[in-house]
Amino acid sequence: MSDSTDKSSLFSRIFSIARNTFREAIRDRILYNLVLFVLLITACAVLLGELTDGQEARTIVNLGTNAILLFGVFISIFVGVGLVSKEIEKKTVYAIFAKPVRRGEFIVGKYLGLSLTLLVNTLVMAIGVALALLYVGGGSLISAAMGAVSLIYLELLIVIGVAILFSSFSSPALSALLTFFVFLIGHLSSSLRDLGESLGSAVTSVVLTSIYYLLPNLSLFSFRTEAANGMVANAQMIAGGALYAGAYVAVLLSLTVVIFSRRNFK
Amino acid sequence: MTNIIEIENLSKEYETGFWKKKKTLALDGVSLEVGPGQIFGFLGGNGAGKTTTIKILMTLLFPTSGSAKILGRDISEVDMHRRIGYSPENPYFYDYLTPRELLAYFADLFGHDRSKSKAHIDGLLTKVGLDEKDWNKQLRKFSKGMLQRVSIAQSIINGPEVVFMDEPMSGLDPIGRREIRELIADLRSNGTTVFMSTHILSDVEALCDEVAILRKGKLAATGKLDELLVAEGRERTFEIIMKSISKNELENSLSGIAGMAIEEHPSGVTVKVIDENDVDKVLAAARKLGGRLISVNIVKQSLEELFVQETA
Repeated sequence: MSDSTDKSSLFSRIFSIARNTFREAIRDRILYNLVLFVLLITACAVLLGELTDGQEARTIVNLGTNAILLFGVFISIFVGVGLVSKEIEKKTVYAIFAKPVRRGEFIVGKYLGLSLTLLVNTLVMAIGVALALLYVGGGSLISAAMGAVSLIYLELLIVIGVAILFSSFSSPALSALLTFFVFLIGHLSSSLRDLGESLGSAVTSVVLTSIYYLLPNLSLFSFRTEAANGMVANAQMIAGGALYAGAYVAVLLSLTVVIFSRRNFK
Repeated sequence: MTNIIEIENLSKEYETGFWKKKKTLALDGVSLEVGPGQIFGFLGGNGAGKTTTIKILMTLLFPTSGSAKILGRDISEVDMHRRIGYSPENPYFYDYLTPRELLAYFADLFGHDRSKSKAHIDGLLTKVGLDEKDWNKQLRKFSKGMLQRVSIAQSIINGPEVVFMDEPMSGLDPIGRREIRELIADLRSNGTTVFMSTHILSDVEALCDEVAILRKGKLAATGKLDELLVAEGRERTFEIIMKSISKNELENSLSGIAGMAIEEHPSGVTVKVIDENDVDKVLAAARKLGGRLISVNIVKQSLEELFVQETA
């Protein structure tokens, strides 16, 4: 078999696994969270205007982007940790690995499938925010909101990677907990580094600086408050975020593949 | 003749307990060769190591030591899996998919052309006897027997040269078992090698050309079924059925034959002897007493007896 044929089938296998993961998410009614989001954003658009004294557009961006992050993180963690562990627990991997599928292809396919699910989820939510803004006459904030949403999606891509990595060697509950901690610390990592430097202890400084470099710096993707104030994330910021997220996800998935490739399925 | 499966000194040790200090030897130096175009029965009691062996061959488990080749290639070569099929024990599949969707997904993994695979999938579902009304039902609504049929269908979706089936008859009713038995026999007729683990000995007797029996992770016996059942050292008896003669008369004139047993029944007697030379002695004595011969049969050890002997 030629190299090109092998490569094309490698991509088609990854694509098939991703498509099946997406289909699973749809059939497991994961996108039902959108209904809740639509209700929330509609209520916000209709009711909050009266309470916020003309600040309804700003409130919608604030509430909308935070809700997108919250819903997204929830799905990334709870679906992400189950992506691999559920397949092992339900023994569905048995038939997969008896076929010409490398374990790495499986991990990448599962990752892409959930990324696609979250892309659809985030896009629909973003459209909801845009419509709500149009409804309250805040169309000028749409581009600011969309910039923030793009950065949120990049952040979610990292969170999924973290969830898959943990689930490749620990239980779903522990993986969810650890991923949530990484998410929290990821938002505080810059502060932790500054804290380490200000405390004066060399050991603390090394530990906190190591955490800063080791864990993802998710504060890079926080642009929600700025967006509510009408600031638009520029292309350079989004491209930089995409590069950082891409590199971080590549490392996470590589580690996951290394761990998963050595795993016995008893 | 090139072997389809070659297993050499395969061992698998599990580390158990919180500190992984307790070790359990699930497979202990198993070596095995399986030739082409046959149905190979892989037998053993619960926990004998059958599923462990198959899982190692499918690269779901890594051996502690030893090696294995399928179709002349090391089991770690993923590309070799294009030419094999596997039906797991108690098959588990994505329960949100329908059989058609599941088979289409697996066909995709083999790189099959979607437009062509639809007819192939329908053909397979028909072949395994799955009712057409169930083809678009989600697998979560399927019985164990129906899942078993889907499992067999997916194991042959790529037209494999060798299929590994772990308890393929499990969960099937008698009609289903018969249909699957015919399907497995068909596979052999088409030149496919079938490596099958099962507990159902009547299926082994009906289907298998060769068998291997595992006992506590070790290979206890292997070979052609007929040869194993009459192998040297294994008991076979000669059964002489006669009428117009009584047990007492015969016992009095046939003293001194080692291992002889005489059973009386309404129409006559059945005499069992182990040594072939004793058959003539029994017949001569019966003739003198006016007995009439009905039949002389060689009674081989049954597979069940062999199984119990090798796995006990």
